[in-house]
Amino acid sequence: MTDRIVAETITITGDAGDEIEAYFARPVDGDAQPGVVVIHHMPGYDRATKEIVRTFAVYGYAAVMPNLFHRYAPGAKPGDAAAAARDAGGVPDEQCLGDVHGAIDFLRQRPESNGKVGVIGYCSGGRQTFLVACTLDIDVAVDCYGGRANIELAPGLRCPLLGLFGADDQSPSPDDVAAMAKALEANGKTFDFHSYEGAGHAFFSVDRPAYRLDAAKDGWKQIWSFFGTHLKGT
Amino acid sequence: MCTYVTSTVDVAGSGYRGDDWFRVDRTVVYFDHPQDAPLAHALCIDVWGGSERVAVELDPASARRLAETILATLDHDDVKLLA
Repeated sequence: MTDRIVAETITITGDAGDEIEAYFARPVDGDAQPGVVVIHHMPGYDRATKEIVRTFAVYGYAAVMPNLFHRYAPGAKPGDAAAAARDAGGVPDEQCLGDVHGAIDFLRQRPESNGKVGVIGYCSGGRQTFLVACTLDIDVAVDCYGGRANIELAPGLRCPLLGLFGADDQSPSPDDVAAMAKALEANGKTFDFHSYEGAGHAFFSVDRPAYRLDAAKDGWKQIWSFFGTHLKGT
Repeated sequence: MCTYVTSTVDVAGSGYRGDDWFRVDRTVVYFDHPQDAPLAHALCIDVWGGSERVAVELDPASARRLAETILATLDHDDVKLLA
């Protein structure tokens, strides 16, 4: 085994059979690789989120991030594509689900796959992750500060859920997180929520003022532990 | 937090992207995470003409100053005669 990875832009089949751009990073060596779908935040398919995708590859996961804004401005810079998606009224949930479904299929069909796939999303992608976890066949999910979660879907959660939140966030607020936990508990779901004091929204974002070192470090530790258990069986 | 708070307004005029002018027809105004400004949230303005845009991301106080200045300019007695 080496620590070599390959990262590149590829095309995957998304919602309605549309060909969409995706960023794919994987270990060069080793078989039985678990997969991770990364759902980007509202600012889009950007450099910082691509770095997160590469980090998963370094830790032994085949990770893919579908560009949910690709249709709105093919070939455009991330910021222009995000603006075009907003101008068009935003990404419909059904379309997001279709694109993530395509990413899951792509990962599971790889000969090097161990058949397991997790989903992680940040900010708006956190909300979409919960939607995915309640709708599609995945093995584990991580919601990083997704506000406005569709908690009415809690009875349908289909996999263990890790939630990473900032105690100073306003959406999801501590009350929102507590309400989500209550709904999951009432439905007997497996979940593990962490709320970090001194951190607000987007505390994982190393390129933004919201970055909080202690929260991000512990958050990554929780991710490796949760994904390790549910995707690698370690 | 992602606010998703977005408004679109029809506008008429021209925008400049550094190499050429283009006709603009709509403006999207939102308060959300910026692409570049070193802020957790920004008042963002995308002035669009077809698929081209001019974009700014402003801190809330300066956005308010800009809005007030635009209105004050339009309300100036010398301007009201012409607008």
